[in-house]
Amino acid sequence: MAPSTPDSKRYVEHVMGMPISLALRGAHTDDASARSAWAAVMAELREVDRVFSTFRVDSVISRLGRGEIGPVDCPPEVTEVLGLAEWAEHDSGGAFRVRRPGPDGESVLDPNGVVKGWAAERAAEHLRALPDTGFCLSAGGDLVCRTLDPDGAPWRVGVEDPRSPSKIIAVIPIRSGAVATSGTAHRGEHIVDGRTGRPPADVASVTVVADTLTWADIDATAAYAHGRDAATWLRTRPDRTGLVVWRDGRTTVVA
Amino acid sequence: MKRVVMWGLSTLTVLVLLFGYHTSTSAALPASSEVVAVGTSSGGRTVTGPVAQTRWGAVQVAITLADNKVTAVTVLQSPDANRKDQQINARALPILTEEALDAQSADIDMVSGATVTSEGYRESLQGALDEAGL
Repeated sequence: MAPSTPDSKRYVEHVMGMPISLALRGAHTDDASARSAWAAVMAELREVDRVFSTFRVDSVISRLGRGEIGPVDCPPEVTEVLGLAEWAEHDSGGAFRVRRPGPDGESVLDPNGVVKGWAAERAAEHLRALPDTGFCLSAGGDLVCRTLDPDGAPWRVGVEDPRSPSKIIAVIPIRSGAVATSGTAHRGEHIVDGRTGRPPADVASVTVVADTLTWADIDATAAYAHGRDAATWLRTRPDRTGLVVWRDGRTTVVA
Repeated sequence: MKRVVMWGLSTLTVLVLLFGYHTSTSAALPASSEVVAVGTSSGGRTVTGPVAQTRWGAVQVAITLADNKVTAVTVLQSPDANRKDQQINARALPILTEEALDAQSADIDMVSGATVTSEGYRESLQGALDEAGL
């Protein structure tokens, strides 16, 4: 299998337990400035992990959740993410939640539904600074792209078949913007409908195309949490398109 | 916390009622980035965070703690959700394949799917694509 854009240069590293893949094309793909931008992307994602990981007991978000520190002791990014999470909860009618029940039944602060997309969108700023260079950056299957020439070839993004993750069920040709998918194919049931606390019914995956990965990621999770109302809810969102794959194999394109 | 102002919880509730539902429509509301308000009651305390200037506008939240756990997060201000990006592109639409394609037939650059773990990456479609292009 060869990538659609054979002249692109690719990079891969891991952070937060997931692969980060980058494809660059244009003026700076394999020189010092390209490598330095890639290093800056990874450094930023590692810093986000240090602050936001709920798996690290010493992260800022874990300490905030335990009440050891207050919001004023946190970096401004924490306020930004919690604000985004609350905004998402409001816009999703409560299907998207930033707090989830912990093992002891008490609520645990878990902004993971916001952090990944927000962090990758932010990290992509280092790539936007590369002159005359297009990019497609994937954080574990959620991606943000840029194409400089408005008439040039788009990036071709394959949407994984949630029932058979080694296959592609749709292709999204995208020049600049973001694509995010929520589903349970690789990590099992971890998204619940915040209104019921139960895994959503009927839906296998939701893919959302939006201007920013911050909102593509949030809306994919929120739409997925809506279960059988996933496509209906996604249609209410401004400037989004997407694809809902149902558990019975049917698909709905949201245009 | 350096500059703590003690507020009654009732005052804080009014603040929250005033600002709490502007999340998807309001532009930034005027607020001081210096003042930190703390309300207390036997049930918990609410701490108002500083105003964070983000790329999308100002964001400010209040956090309620009870028994040292976060029990509520309230947005006091957030940017306009319906903001249009300056560089909005032609909307990209998913094109369904005739049938599910395997890796060899898929003419693609990247894969969007449920989050791939580092452990599962090597066997994933994205892993195969990267391998071919590295």
